[in-house]
Amino acid sequence: MAGLTRYIAQRLVLTVPMVFILVSVVFLVLRIMPGDPVLAMLGGRNVSPELIAQKRHEMGLDKPLHIQYVEYLGGLVRGDLGRSTRTGNPVGKELVQRLPATLELAIWGMLFAALFGIPTGIIAAVRADKTADHAIRVLHIGSFALPIFWVGLMFQVIFAVKLGWLPVANRLSGRFAFTFQRVTGFYLLDAAILGDKEILSDVIKHLILPGVTLGLAQMGFLGRVTRAAMLEVLDTEYVTTARSKGLKERTVILRHALRNALIPIITVFGLQFAMLMGGAVLTETVFSWPGVAGFLIQSLYYRDWWALQGTIAFIGVFVATVNLVVDILYSVIDPRVRY
Amino acid sequence: MARGFTAWLVGATGLRALRGQTLLKVGLAIVLAFIAMAVICGPRGKEEYGRFPGIPPYNPTKSYSDLPRLSPPSSRNWMGTDHLQRDVFSRVLAGGWAPLVVAFASIGLAMSVGSILGWISGFLGSWPDRALSLTMDAIYSFPSMILAIALVAVMGPGLIPMIASIAFVYIPTYFRITRAEVLRVREYTFVEAARATGASSARILFRHIAPNTVNAIMAVSSFNIADAILTEAALAFLGYGLPPPAPDWGFDIQNGQRYLQSGYWWLITFPGLSILILSLGFGLVGEGISDLVNPKRRRKKLV
Repeated sequence: MAGLTRYIAQRLVLTVPMVFILVSVVFLVLRIMPGDPVLAMLGGRNVSPELIAQKRHEMGLDKPLHIQYVEYLGGLVRGDLGRSTRTGNPVGKELVQRLPATLELAIWGMLFAALFGIPTGIIAAVRADKTADHAIRVLHIGSFALPIFWVGLMFQVIFAVKLGWLPVANRLSGRFAFTFQRVTGFYLLDAAILGDKEILSDVIKHLILPGVTLGLAQMGFLGRVTRAAMLEVLDTEYVTTARSKGLKERTVILRHALRNALIPIITVFGLQFAMLMGGAVLTETVFSWPGVAGFLIQSLYYRDWWALQGTIAFIGVFVATVNLVVDILYSVIDPRVRY
Repeated sequence: MARGFTAWLVGATGLRALRGQTLLKVGLAIVLAFIAMAVICGPRGKEEYGRFPGIPPYNPTKSYSDLPRLSPPSSRNWMGTDHLQRDVFSRVLAGGWAPLVVAFASIGLAMSVGSILGWISGFLGSWPDRALSLTMDAIYSFPSMILAIALVAVMGPGLIPMIASIAFVYIPTYFRITRAEVLRVREYTFVEAARATGASSARILFRHIAPNTVNAIMAVSSFNIADAILTEAALAFLGYGLPPPAPDWGFDIQNGQRYLQSGYWWLITFPGLSILILSLGFGLVGEGISDLVNPKRRRKKLV
C-alpha cells in the first residue's frame, strides 16, 4: 500500500507541471492573438478611448504581461478563474454549473459505446479472420470515420424533423421549464427526485440523440481495443487449459478470457475520455447542450479570454485527474501490478 | 505477353503485397478516387474549378439565376441546389480539395517536426529529453479536437491556420513513436557496432535508426490523416475553414444546418457522406498497412 501511495504522489508531481505547461501556453497564445476582448465586449467601433482605457484598467489589461501572468496563476491556485466578459459571472461558477450536463452526456455516450463496442469486439476476436471479424472491423473503422457533428445533424433531420419521434435539441422541453427543479444538475437524477414521469421521459428523450451521437464515434475505439485484448488473452495457455478441462466455450470466453481482457480496456479509458471531451465539443454545439464543451465554443466566438483560458485549464485538469484515477484503478484491479 | 507484363508490373511495384489484403485494396481505391476527384475538380484559378470543361457540371461558387433555390435532388441537379442557387453536386466534387490538402500537409508537417524532435530527444537523453517529453505529454493528453479548435480560433480562419493547428496537435504522436523507437533501437548490437567503428551521432541517427522508425510511422500516419480529415471538417463546420464561396464540405454542412428544420436533407447529407467515405478510406489503408507490417499477424497466417 505504501508503494501505491508513493506512486500516486509521483503521478501527482508529474501532473502538476503538465497542467502548468498547458495553462501557460494557453495564456501566452491568447495574449498574442489578434482581436481585442475589450472592443469585443463593448461591441462597436464608436466607443470613446476613455471608456476603452477604463475597461482595460478594470480588467487588469493595462499591466505588463508578466504581472498579468503571475496574477492569473495566483488566481488559478486559489481556484479563481476570473470573470467571463460575456456573461459577467465568475468563470469557475459557470463551469461548475455546466459540468453536470457534460458529464451526463459523457456517461450516456460511454454507456452506448460500451454496450455495442465490447460485445462486437469479443465476437470479432472469437471469430478472428472470419467474415464476421472482417465485417465488425470495417464497422469499427467506420465508427472512427464518422464526422460527429454530421451524425448529430442527420439524426436531427431523420428522428426529430422527419419522423418527429425525438426533440431536436436542448436538455428539456420549454413547457417544463417552470415545474422542473435543478438539484444536482444531472437532469435524469433531478427528474427522478421530482418524481414526475412526464418530465423524466422528456429528459430521457432529450438525451437519446446526443448520447448516441457521442457514443457512436467511441464505439469503434472500444471495440478495437476489446478485440486486440481478447485476441491476446485467447492465445494464452490458461485459456487452452480451461478448454481442455472441457468447459463450455461460452464459459471460457466470458468468465476466463474476458476478465483479463477487461484490464487493458480499462487502461485506455483515460485516452478515451480525452476523445470523449473532444467529441462533446461538437455534440454540445449541434444539440445546443448547455455543457462545458459548448461553453468553450461560445467563448471562442465572443473572444471571451477569461472564459476560454479558464475552460481549457479546467478541461486539462479534468482529463489529467481522470487519467490519474484510471491508473490507480488499474493497480487495484490487476493484482499483478505493484509499485 | 500482356500477362507477363502485368506480372512484372505487380512484382516490380510491390503490388504483390496487396494480394489478399482486401481492406488495403478497398481503402486505396477510395483514397485514389478522391485524390483524382480533387485534382480534376479542384480549383484552377480564382473561383474557377475543374481541369476539363463540364466537370464539375456547374461552377461550384456561382449562383445560377436559372436554377431553382433549395430544390431537392433532380435529374438536372443530382444532389439538389442550395440557398444561393448553386449546384450541390458540383460543390461536393470540388469540396474534397481542401480536406485532402489540409490533411496531407498537416500530417506531413507533424511527422517531420515530431520525428525530428523525437530523434533528438531520444538521442540526447538527460534533462532535455525529460523536459521535451513532459511538454509533449501535456499536449498529447489534452483532447486534440479542442486544442485544434482553440488554436485555429486564435490564428483566424483559412487554409494555413488549419494546417498549422492540426499539425501542432499531432506532433506529440510522432515524437512518442520516434523517441520510443530510438530508445529501443539504440541498444541493438548493430548500433553499438556502428558507434565502435567511429560513426558520428548524426550518421548513426540517419543511417541506422531513422530507417527503423519508418514502419511504425507509416501505419500511424494513415490513421492520423483519416482523423485530420474529420478535424478539418469540424473546423470548417465551426466557421474556421476556407473563406466562403469556396466549396468546403464542413462549411457546406454548417450552411445546410440553417435549413435543417425545414427538412432540406440534401444540403447536409452529401457533403457529410463524402467526409465519411474519404476518412473511412484512409482508415482502411491504415488498417491494411498495420496488418502488413505487423509481424505477429503475418506469423499467424503462416502457421
